[in-house]
Formats: sequence, C-alpha cells, structure tokens
Amino acid sequence: MISIPRILFVFFLLAASGVPAAAESGRTPVPAPAKAAKGEQCVEPVADMRRNHMQYLEHERDETMHKGIRGRKHSLKTCVECHAVPTPAAGGAKTIEPFCGECHQYAAVSLDCFQCHTGSPGGGTAAIPAGGPKR
Amino acid sequence: MSDKDAMELTRRRLLQGAAAAVLTLAPGVTLLVGVETSARPAGTAVTAKNRWGLLVDLTKTADLGETVVAACRAENGWTGHNRPASDPQWIRTVTLKDPKTGGTKSLPLMCQHCAHPPCVDVCPTGASFKRADGIVLVDRHICIGCRYCMMACPFGVRFFVHEEVTGQKPHMPRGKGTVEGCTLCVHRIDEGKKPACVEAAAAKAPGAMIFGDLNDPNSEIAKAVGRQVVLRLRGELGLDQGVLYKGFA
Repeated sequence: MISIPRILFVFFLLAASGVPAAAESGRTPVPAPAKAAKGEQCVEPVADMRRNHMQYLEHERDETMHKGIRGRKHSLKTCVECHAVPTPAAGGAKTIEPFCGECHQYAAVSLDCFQCHTGSPGGGTAAIPAGGPKR
Repeated sequence: MSDKDAMELTRRRLLQGAAAAVLTLAPGVTLLVGVETSARPAGTAVTAKNRWGLLVDLTKTADLGETVVAACRAENGWTGHNRPASDPQWIRTVTLKDPKTGGTKSLPLMCQHCAHPPCVDVCPTGASFKRADGIVLVDRHICIGCRYCMMACPFGVRFFVHEEVTGQKPHMPRGKGTVEGCTLCVHRIDEGKKPACVEAAAAKAPGAMIFGDLNDPNSEIAKAVGRQVVLRLRGELGLDQGVLYKGFA
C-alpha cells in the first residue's frame, strides 16, 4: 500500500465497522419547520426553495430596492404572509420564527433578515427575531 | 441517484448552499449599474422619465402643525426614545424667524431628494443612492452605518438607528446600525399613490403640499412650479432638490 488518501481510509474503517452514514441513519435529529399557515403551493417546489431561497430573495431584493421592481413572486413579505404561525415565544402572535428558525438553527446559519424586516404579517407589535444562533 | 435524492436536503448540502450565498454577496453589489428606460407597468424598473417632486406652499403650512409628522410616523413606523438629539425625524417642522422683522414661517423639512445628493457622493458602499426617478434612498442591506451621509447632508435629514427595532411595518424595514430618512414613501409611489404626508396635508390644508412628476408638463406640480418663484433650500449649493418651497414672502 503506497498512499491511500486518508479520507478513503476512514471510509474503509466505517464500512468495515458497519456504521451507516449519519444522514441515512434516522438517529440524526432533522429540522421540522412549521407548516405554512395557508398550506397551499409554495412559489417554487419545496426542495428548490430549501436549496435556493436565499438566491431568490437576494436577487429580487436588489431589483426592488434599486430599480423599484415590485410584485415579483419571491418576496420576503409574501414568505411571511404564508409562513407566519402562532409563536409561543412571541406571546402567541403570528411570526415566521418557527418556520425559518428551525433550519437556520440546525445549520448554524445566522439569519439577519428579521433584524430589520418584520417577521409578522401586517407588522405586528413585537415580532421576535427569526432563528439563527444568538451572538 | 434520483432527482428526488439530488434535491433532498441534508445538513451538509444546506451548509454548502449557505457558503455559496455568501460568495455571491460581493459581486451582487456591482450588478445594479444601468437601468433600462421604458414606460412603467407593474414589474418594470423605474426610469429617469419621471422626476418625483414635492412643492410646499409656506403660506398654507401654518395650519399643518404636526399633522404631516404624525402621518409619516404612522405610515413608516419610526419612533424615538424621547432623546431629541438622536431620535429619528424623517420629517419635522422647522420654524424660521427673521430676527429683524420678527416674522416667522413654519415649514416641514424632510429629505430634499436632491438631483445631486451629497449623501450619495460620500457613501463608501453605494448604500446611499438615487433611484432613476430621483428618489434618494438608503439600501440598508449594504449600509455599514458609517454616517458619512449624515455629515454630508446640508439639511440634517438622515438619522442613525442606535437601538434594536421591533414592530416594523412590512413595507418599511428598519434596523439597528443603519442610516435612514424620508423615502418619499417610495412604496406608495410604486403603487401609484401619493406620499403619506401629502395625503394628510391635503385633508388639513388643501394645496399646502403638492406631489407629482416634475418632468411631466401636465402634472399639477409642474404647472404650479412653472408659474411660481420657488425656493430650493440652500440654493447656493446647486443640489437641484425635488422638494421645493414657495411663499416665503
């Protein structure tokens, strides 16, 4: 054996010991974002949204901000309108925290949208910040 | 691997996706140059065909009082902490007094939406910018809170948000660490409506504030400006504001 890369070596060990990959094991906790309040079809397929929502939002935010193009289908405001659900931490007010926060905390990706944007449809009084690790 | 598997979200993929999103942030800033020109049905970009302006008639503003300020607060959701030195005042009532004659005038003062805005000249990130239709805005997504624009503005109508904000309006995000000011109710203009202060003024003192397109010779404001001597505050600076005043005499 001249030089097997270390990662392959680890893989051999895992395979030999019968340890399954973590994602398929069922033992790993997975995020369970809250169901949309309206429960209708999202603007894109769910898998696509999970993967690409940040690109959609960022692209259209710039076009709205600088070019004044409004009413496009990927808008943070419309996310909030469908996905805000009653949130115990906000005193039962509807916020998007149970939806966004679930995955963002799981993946430790900080979520800054709701430092400025309201996470409640119609503005609300005390929208709590949606997810992300506390710094 | 089936398509479903390909899209199945794993922790690893989510992290990879997040990394890609961060990488695209920097080039995204430069993508905004160049705005095409066309008429403006829904879903199209603003153009320089329009130049939004506001004409304030100082002979009628005495009746306005704090009406317009209250309307702006209610529309845009800005509030203070009872600290006059640092609280935001997207619009405020200023009283001018001539010390020789003792005469006074009160006028509503807000972002003047200059054609040559000093706040845009000094902004190091491009967050302070002028939209093609003449509205001067802060893109808080790229504002770093340096406050150069506040120093550059001759009218003192930019404000820094010092503390965390809650309860924002859905159409008007506000947040700590960024600079803000009058947007000329850009969200209303994009819907074809008039700014909140203008609507409030129309109810209280008709004709005190006229809003419209300065580039359209048939608009109410263009006609009014056309036959009046109008004043641009600090006219010696040559900023060519969109907010005009008349009736000083």
